[in-house]
Amino acid sequence: MNYASIIAKKEMRGYITSPAAYIVLVIFLLLGGWFFANPLFLNNQADMRGLFSLIPIIYLFFIPAITMGLLAKERNNGTIELLTTLPIKDSDIIMGKFWASLLLIGIGLLFTLIHVLTIVILGKNIDYGSIFCGYLGLILLGGVYSAIGIFSSSITSNQIVAFIISFFIVFFLFILQYSLLFIPGFLTGIFQYLSVSYHFSNISRGVIDTRNIIYFLSLIVVFLKLSQFALSSRKWK
Amino acid sequence: MIQLQNLSKDFGTLRAVDKINFDINEGEILGFLGPNGAGKTTTLRMISCFLDPTAGNIHIGKYNVREHSLQIRKMIGYLPEHNPLYAEMTVYDYLQFIAEIREITNFKKRLKEIVEKCGLHGVIHKPINILSKGYKQRVGFAQAILHDPKILLLDEPTSGLDPNQIAEIRKLIKELGKEKTLLISSHILQEVQAVCDRIVIINEGKIVADGSTEELKSSFQNKTRLELELKASEKELKQMTDELKNISIISITSKDNKYTLTELEYESIVDRRADIYNYIKAKDWTLLEMHRVNVSLEAVFRNLTIEGGK
Repeated sequence: MNYASIIAKKEMRGYITSPAAYIVLVIFLLLGGWFFANPLFLNNQADMRGLFSLIPIIYLFFIPAITMGLLAKERNNGTIELLTTLPIKDSDIIMGKFWASLLLIGIGLLFTLIHVLTIVILGKNIDYGSIFCGYLGLILLGGVYSAIGIFSSSITSNQIVAFIISFFIVFFLFILQYSLLFIPGFLTGIFQYLSVSYHFSNISRGVIDTRNIIYFLSLIVVFLKLSQFALSSRKWK
Repeated sequence: MIQLQNLSKDFGTLRAVDKINFDINEGEILGFLGPNGAGKTTTLRMISCFLDPTAGNIHIGKYNVREHSLQIRKMIGYLPEHNPLYAEMTVYDYLQFIAEIREITNFKKRLKEIVEKCGLHGVIHKPINILSKGYKQRVGFAQAILHDPKILLLDEPTSGLDPNQIAEIRKLIKELGKEKTLLISSHILQEVQAVCDRIVIINEGKIVADGSTEELKSSFQNKTRLELELKASEKELKQMTDELKNISIISITSKDNKYTLTELEYESIVDRRADIYNYIKAKDWTLLEMHRVNVSLEAVFRNLTIEGGK
């Protein structure tokens, strides 16, 4: 078996056996369900747009919460010494944690498919393409937020601090799009390109553009590399 | 088998380990002794590839820690200080996780052997956090020896255990020592004395002694210590040592104002006991007790790490 997947398996076991992951998952689904069902009946519109614009906001809390312990807890308990003296590379450790986080997000998203089912039953002329793109966007966005969460978890041994740091980073990337009004004109292009919301809204509208994909993937790579660097820094600090 | 060459480690401006050199031979049980903060854990962490050396290198067989970290980690079993464990896992899940990473084929068979060796019967399906400290330590041992490593690094393996548990762990260490090369760090002398073939003492990042238990003791036996309990004042005792020459007073404590407990020291070449006794007899002091104090490893240790440091 691949080393990263052994680590991922261990983390998934950690999620399954701890009540915290269930609580966070239930809150995620409750909020999602509430905000999906409300406009559905009020507007009489059978689409997923409401949910797709809401999940990124729930993500702001959900993903920092599920990633905060991934490395901070290992550091706090001293198990980091155990893990890093096993014959595996630091990059495998980081990747394993990343896959575990993404898998848990995937499980959360899997439950939201029930909303898709509702729409399929109630509505007509359903745009399956945009639903597919919406989910693709949510997975990529989840990847970016997970990488940021893991990075925050890698630089501290306190889970709460990790949560706060990752919340601020993802919140910053999220609101950039909405703060363009207050930014000098010549910078708006850059700020818009840096904003996750901009790229996500492009994808969730049903347009798969390589620029958006590259943006998400490069953020994931950058933050995972930074986490790996933070993990390896113990050796020479 | 393991060679430490000019090994140093700095933490900022603090030099935790300062150019240490020693070899560990195959099959040897080496006790790595020093007071807290002497650099024991840092050294072990460098051998286990948790930390990189600032200078120098460690060779194990044909590998070294700077270039072959993964190969070395495969050869080593490591029980870190404080024995960190994944508390929420069951013993079985934990060992299975280690076995997967260590690529152990036939885990079930190996687990049976390990359970036997470490005495983990009955707790294998329990979560680690409900186990007693002694059992946790055994789980830590099981983790370290699961892949049957040639080299075993144990960082204070008995700290925090009760005397019965310590005896059990020592038995386990002795058994493991028959087939493996062991490096055991400790600040407890009796422990090292009980299980190790050779002792290296480290203080403030430097090696201050290296040899077998007997060698270390004999190097400090050029002086003899006497303990006396008698009726004499401090002043009178000082006068005695002045008159007899070449005897020094190590300590004086008065006991309930009647008797004085004192420790004297002199060069072992000449036996001064008769001189001392005759002096006391001449002064007609009441002598309750007079006996030689055996130089213990404890004294050697204190000498090297406290008095030697001054």
